[in-house]
Amino acid sequence: MSTAKTERLLNLVICLLSTRRPLTKAQIRQAVPQYAENASTEAFERMFERDKDELRDLGIPLLTSFENPLFEDEVGYRVDRDAYALPEVSFEPDELAVLGLASRVWQQASLAGPASRALAKLTALGAPPDDGSLIGLEPRIRTAEPAFDALWAAVRDRVPVRFTYRTAATGAVATRTVEPWAVTSWHGRWYLTGYDRDRRAPRVFRLSRVESAVRTVGRPGEYEVPADHDPRLFVGSTVQERPRTTARLRVREGTAHMVRRRATDVRDLGDGWHELSVDLDDPEVLAEELVSHGANVVVVEPSDLRDAVVRRLRGVLAPAGTGEGAR
Amino acid sequence: MSESATERLSRLLAMVPWLLAHQGVPLAEAATAFGVDQRQLVKDLELLFVCGLPGHMPDDLIEADWEGGFVYVGNADAIARPLRLGVDEALALIVGLRALADVPGLGDREALDRALAKLESAAGAAAAPAESVRVDLDAGTDPAVVQACEDALRRRRRLHLRYLVPRRDETTERDVDPMRVLTVEGHWYLEAWCHRVEDVRTFRLDRVVDVRVLDVDGTAPPTARSRDLNAGLFEPSPHDHLVTLHLSPAARWVVDYYPVEAVVEQPDGLRVGIRTADLAWLRQLVLRLGGDATVLDPPELADDVRRTAERALAAYEPSEPPSSQPSERPSEPPSDQPSKRTSEPPSERTDQRPDPAEPSPVGGGTAEG
Repeated sequence: MSTAKTERLLNLVICLLSTRRPLTKAQIRQAVPQYAENASTEAFERMFERDKDELRDLGIPLLTSFENPLFEDEVGYRVDRDAYALPEVSFEPDELAVLGLASRVWQQASLAGPASRALAKLTALGAPPDDGSLIGLEPRIRTAEPAFDALWAAVRDRVPVRFTYRTAATGAVATRTVEPWAVTSWHGRWYLTGYDRDRRAPRVFRLSRVESAVRTVGRPGEYEVPADHDPRLFVGSTVQERPRTTARLRVREGTAHMVRRRATDVRDLGDGWHELSVDLDDPEVLAEELVSHGANVVVVEPSDLRDAVVRRLRGVLAPAGTGEGAR
Repeated sequence: MSESATERLSRLLAMVPWLLAHQGVPLAEAATAFGVDQRQLVKDLELLFVCGLPGHMPDDLIEADWEGGFVYVGNADAIARPLRLGVDEALALIVGLRALADVPGLGDREALDRALAKLESAAGAAAAPAESVRVDLDAGTDPAVVQACEDALRRRRRLHLRYLVPRRDETTERDVDPMRVLTVEGHWYLEAWCHRVEDVRTFRLDRVVDVRVLDVDGTAPPTARSRDLNAGLFEPSPHDHLVTLHLSPAARWVVDYYPVEAVVEQPDGLRVGIRTADLAWLRQLVLRLGGDATVLDPPELADDVRRTAERALAAYEPSEPPSSQPSERPSEPPSDQPSKRTSEPPSERTDQRPDPAEPSPVGGGTAEG
């Protein structure tokens, strides 16, 4: 079924690329065997209309001409060869090597197909890549989130979307209507930035918290993305970033190595304990890490960090279901 | 998942110019270039073979020959030039190149810049949407560490690592022969043959305390096999402990971060199962969740968590000011005893677990959705 259709489309592309004069529908029907086999003219026309759209979606420049001297009333079709072909471009072997590495970044992601196709197009001409210096190097990103394809397409086409989303803090699920601006991979997670129509403000959404299918709810190009939108900055500043201060901690000798790595200053207290200074961005985030070290780490200051640690420890000891959580 | 007719058409239109320029290429190599298996490639060639110019007489059809495992293609002038890059194609390469630009020590930045400029010009209008996709390949790792690993890999040198194992809270020393430098889930890793355990290990580079390139051949033994990391770093095994947790809504993010099973929605949160090779990191995780998670099973873990929290809290109780007096020095649970440090656990897979102490995902940001 799919093979027959691919065969038909490929024959159609070859037919329209190889002709210099526009061809009428009747001529095309003759030229492409899969159309000729079609019983009724009506069925052929429906099929041809769909095929034309699909070729255009692929970026094939299908020209429609009304100026066919032979068939005055009839529309003629052909593909503009120059507009079809990738401009002549030749890459050096070292450039091909980095292009190859760039395409493999997507190896486990939903753009794997487009990435390898693009590389094949660029390497159809030109020397073999010289990737000796890049062997064993495997930067990879993943798009495990089912929402990625739909949201990237919405960003590309600037179409508003609607989906149900689970909020981070409360776990509450709500329907959101968003004008997608960009998708960003940050610290290994994918985020959507955009204008939330219900909240009437820019928002960041983590793709793994999109709970439903993504539906489009508008027309392509319906809105503009602010010219000064910097997705990386927006995601970064939304997800973290507070003024920095310094925390002082007592840490038992020979423990809490991950905390020690970040210490800006270490003082030996001489009793089996060290006093560490570490940069503090967010007391809640640092508290989570410190609590995991149990009795090996004690917060001296500041008090909000101390409180955050104590609150977590009390939370752990509170009977289940009393709601005495950390937050 | 079956691919659509147009996806396949895209591949065929890209394949013909590539095969014309690579006459006699082995089937396997061609299949790899297009990210398909050999069976699919042969199906594609069979399809090309029956397509061609109007008339469809034998002379009109595309020639394709793959007998003996080498591919030859001919009589395909109409589609001999590649179709312009589509938006998805341009985006994949442009975003990929930009992400690589951030990779520390990637030998040839100049080649990357040249490639990007040529690509953007060849892609034309299709390049524009690439602006709306950004990828950051971990900014948190010391570039010098990544560079040393890449250097050793390139020159096949052995590395000496001082490496932190947060779960056991200890620094280890080892010599390793690098096999791959890779990113998974936003972190850099070194995959290497570890001489200490005589097996392949994966090291998260932000936990490397110190690295030295040794002047010793660093070729991994032929028995060293790379692990398939495509599915992520977790590799639950049926021999693992099964831990059952109750998660309050505030701790739901755990489900995004760790492979959980048997998730049951409950009025006040979730009940989940987590498989783990050792319980120490789970104790850390539960402490970190500060009451938003409760251990339902096994009871030993629940006790362990409780005892650890009690001892930690004792340092803050008003009667006993936070001090370092030896008298209140609590005894650690056996798993943390220094005496244990010399013994390797049976499996070190868990070295690769995301650090339970890594920053909380999307915390209280005001604009977060």
